[in-house]
Amino acid sequence: MLTERQKLAWAVAALAAFSCVVLFAGFFAPYDFAAQYRDAPFAPPTAIHFLDAGGQFHIRPFVYGSRDPGERAGSAAGDSEQIFAIHWFVRGAPYKIAGLFASRVHLFGVEQPARIFLMGSDGYGRDQFSRFLYGGQISMLAGLIAAILSVSMGIFAGGIAGYYGGWIDEILMRGGELFLALPWLYLLFAVRAALPLHISQWQVFLLLISVMGLIGWARPARLIRGVVLSAKERTFVLAARGMGASDAYLLRRHVLPQTYAVLLTLVTLLVPQYVLAEVTLTFLGLGVGEPMPSWGALLSSLQQYSVLSSYWWMFLPALLLIPLFVVFYAAADALQELHKSVPL
Amino acid sequence: MGRMWLGKVCLVLIVAISCVCSAARARFPQASEERMIADGSPGHAGGRLVVALRSEPKTLNPALALDEPSRDVIRCMTADLIHINRGSLKTEPSLAKSWSVSRDGRQYTLQLRRGVRFSDGAPFHADDVIFSFQVYLDEKVDSSQRDLLVVGGKPITVVKVDDYTVRFELAQPYAAAERLFDSIAILPRHLLENGYRAGQFPQAWSLSMPPGQFAGLGPFRLKEYVAGQRVVLERNPYYWKADRAGNPLPYLNEVVFLFVPSEDAQVIRFQSGDTDVLSRFSADNFAVLQKQQATKGYHLDDLGAGLEYNFLFFNMNDLAAKGLPEIAKKQPWFQDLRFRQAVSAAIDREGIVRLVYGGRATPIWDQVTPGNKLWLDEKIAHPARSLERSRQLLQSAGFSWKSDGALLDPHGNPVDFSILTSSSNAQRTKIATIVQDDLSQLGMTVQVVPLEFRAMVDRLTNTYNYEAAVMGLVSGDADPTSEMNVWLSSGETHLWHPRQEKPATPWEAEMDRLMQQQLVTLDYDKRKSLYDRVQEIVAEDLPIICLVSPNILVGASNRVGNFRPAILVPYALWNIEQLYVQ
Repeated sequence: MLTERQKLAWAVAALAAFSCVVLFAGFFAPYDFAAQYRDAPFAPPTAIHFLDAGGQFHIRPFVYGSRDPGERAGSAAGDSEQIFAIHWFVRGAPYKIAGLFASRVHLFGVEQPARIFLMGSDGYGRDQFSRFLYGGQISMLAGLIAAILSVSMGIFAGGIAGYYGGWIDEILMRGGELFLALPWLYLLFAVRAALPLHISQWQVFLLLISVMGLIGWARPARLIRGVVLSAKERTFVLAARGMGASDAYLLRRHVLPQTYAVLLTLVTLLVPQYVLAEVTLTFLGLGVGEPMPSWGALLSSLQQYSVLSSYWWMFLPALLLIPLFVVFYAAADALQELHKSVPL
Repeated sequence: MGRMWLGKVCLVLIVAISCVCSAARARFPQASEERMIADGSPGHAGGRLVVALRSEPKTLNPALALDEPSRDVIRCMTADLIHINRGSLKTEPSLAKSWSVSRDGRQYTLQLRRGVRFSDGAPFHADDVIFSFQVYLDEKVDSSQRDLLVVGGKPITVVKVDDYTVRFELAQPYAAAERLFDSIAILPRHLLENGYRAGQFPQAWSLSMPPGQFAGLGPFRLKEYVAGQRVVLERNPYYWKADRAGNPLPYLNEVVFLFVPSEDAQVIRFQSGDTDVLSRFSADNFAVLQKQQATKGYHLDDLGAGLEYNFLFFNMNDLAAKGLPEIAKKQPWFQDLRFRQAVSAAIDREGIVRLVYGGRATPIWDQVTPGNKLWLDEKIAHPARSLERSRQLLQSAGFSWKSDGALLDPHGNPVDFSILTSSSNAQRTKIATIVQDDLSQLGMTVQVVPLEFRAMVDRLTNTYNYEAAVMGLVSGDADPTSEMNVWLSSGETHLWHPRQEKPATPWEAEMDRLMQQQLVTLDYDKRKSLYDRVQEIVAEDLPIICLVSPNILVGASNRVGNFRPAILVPYALWNIEQLYVQ
């Protein structure tokens, strides 16, 4: 059995690796997220072979394709005899890492006109694997920003409420309960409908994420308030107060640092929740618009019966989210266990 | 004494038997009753048909029904004077067994069938026709059918000649006059007149009315309505049509309309055998249903192109009064014909047909689809997609490209705009996404904005707060007259610039002249050449950029007989009196 520290280490390493892949999505993805290959809509995942039809082993894995433009590329039958080897570090569509560094090198790819759709393609012939990686940028960023916003507001409100108590506490907590009761989904529908047409995709995205994060400050606030209530009664805090320290100094230097452990756990728990919220929003058509590939957008075509029943690979983005969330919750668990052992 | 007794008993028996016989004869065909003979193959009586409706009907009042589900149910319960046969697209006698036209084309004298009864047994004659048209034309009732009955600015008038003859008078000769009467249901005077005189007509025939208060001339009559679940119709024993063997129609005993809100749910219920007919569904579901055709006992029909045309159009309204400066700045692009031609040349219509409709659609370049064989102008050019041509057109219009490929207008502003679609229509949103990708290859930045349907219509027809939109239109009839409101510059559905006081461009003025003229031209060939010119204007001046027309896809269980779906609404059930189940 691993110790808590080791579990945490593994979880953090897994998250870091995933974040790295998502950040360098342009490199790991063979295609651009918006590139439509209209001759291959709803193509199943391309099969990768090491043994060809004649039983011969190839060191370089390959896919079947067809040089005949009439035949559908990426068809599962792979009935053509044309072998296209998978090459590494190929030159492909241009992309930018974090909007700054431009490059054209991709980790792997195949020669035209063959296609390598590791997770199949969607209704427009866009590679789902590439869209999943690029989509990770949007969804993970959304989750992170919203979580940080929530927690920041939570620290502010919870810290003040817990430290001062009295009527400030009452107002803030009752206000928080109001926000807890809000049906956030309908609020976001209303916000989206009221937006003018000229707002760019990214502005819509940031606006919706901000709204999501700001609505969700109540739970972190209550948590922080609880920690602050007990933290402010510690002897060294009372001692510092007795020596004439101001409220702001006490909060900043003595009280809030005691909340950091809880905060970290909270963020680790909130990020997947907000990722899921963003996925839900885009699934329902509220988040970033076409052709931006948020995970919710990848899953939204499943709302149609024909896609649900005929194209099983469209489920893969949902399935891949599961291990990601498991890792997040494992990290949160480990953090919680670690802090229990530290007496408060 | 005994013999007299016997005689009296015999007399009573004879009288009783003849009474029974005559009562029975009232329900079965007789030569004097002037039945209409339907042209389908004879089937057998009995059975029940189950059909899904997209939503609950809002009313069963023919004068007030606006939504499709209400009309679908009303159509089964009522009859009109002259009917458009959906199979042949031509008019045929209905309650009027014959008619004659005066030489100046302004008077239509209709002979009504004799011996016809409403579904409650009351006799039908000219008074019911007079009453019905009085209701439809009454401005206080505000019927949706009223606009259809206004010719040359004046409503048509109807005069009773005798109990079985009526004469309609039009303000001017009207080419499609016969087609006016299709689906104008004849109302029973004996049930509705009192309510109408008391000003209560709008409340008449709501869904909650007890079935006994209703009477119509259609093949079925109302049996029960269960809120939120179904409407059930039963056979009208007095129906005035028979098949070629002389058997009275309809064959079916009952028709059940289930309320199934989404198309996907309707497909699932059809697949499981809950419903017998699936009317008008999308191409994705066709592929799903096709796989199980053989095993599940149903068949699917692809009827080819219907009358619906989907198109992209730009906001060309006069925005000075509306205070929309952002959009007004972009209008010089939209109003430049070369810009619209460039957009049209860049769109991959074949791709839309393949990706959005799985091949079950037809690309179109003007508003008349190949499904409308009577009015299609075969001479219209179908240019292939060409990004080169688009770039040339844009260059000649003064546009240029930055080094990263973004398109700039003659003043150096980047070309970017949004396309509205209805969020509930997955196909049109997909079309907009494909258009977005195509135009991005010209350097235009396009956003697709799906909006709730009513919010979108409000922007298109009221606030004009939009830049471009993808919409579709379909009319209930193949005749050009049904499209007057779209092509007249003063029309309500002249989408890119509705309700103009006078035509804004010379080609719109020409379209106005042509449409008004074809309205009153009685000769088909002359009308065709007029409407051909309208199609040419649409293809050349591109007020709307026509994209595709989806095929009409219907399905039915194998046990439904006489199933002959057509490309006009109501697609599958237009001959419901002849449908039977095996």
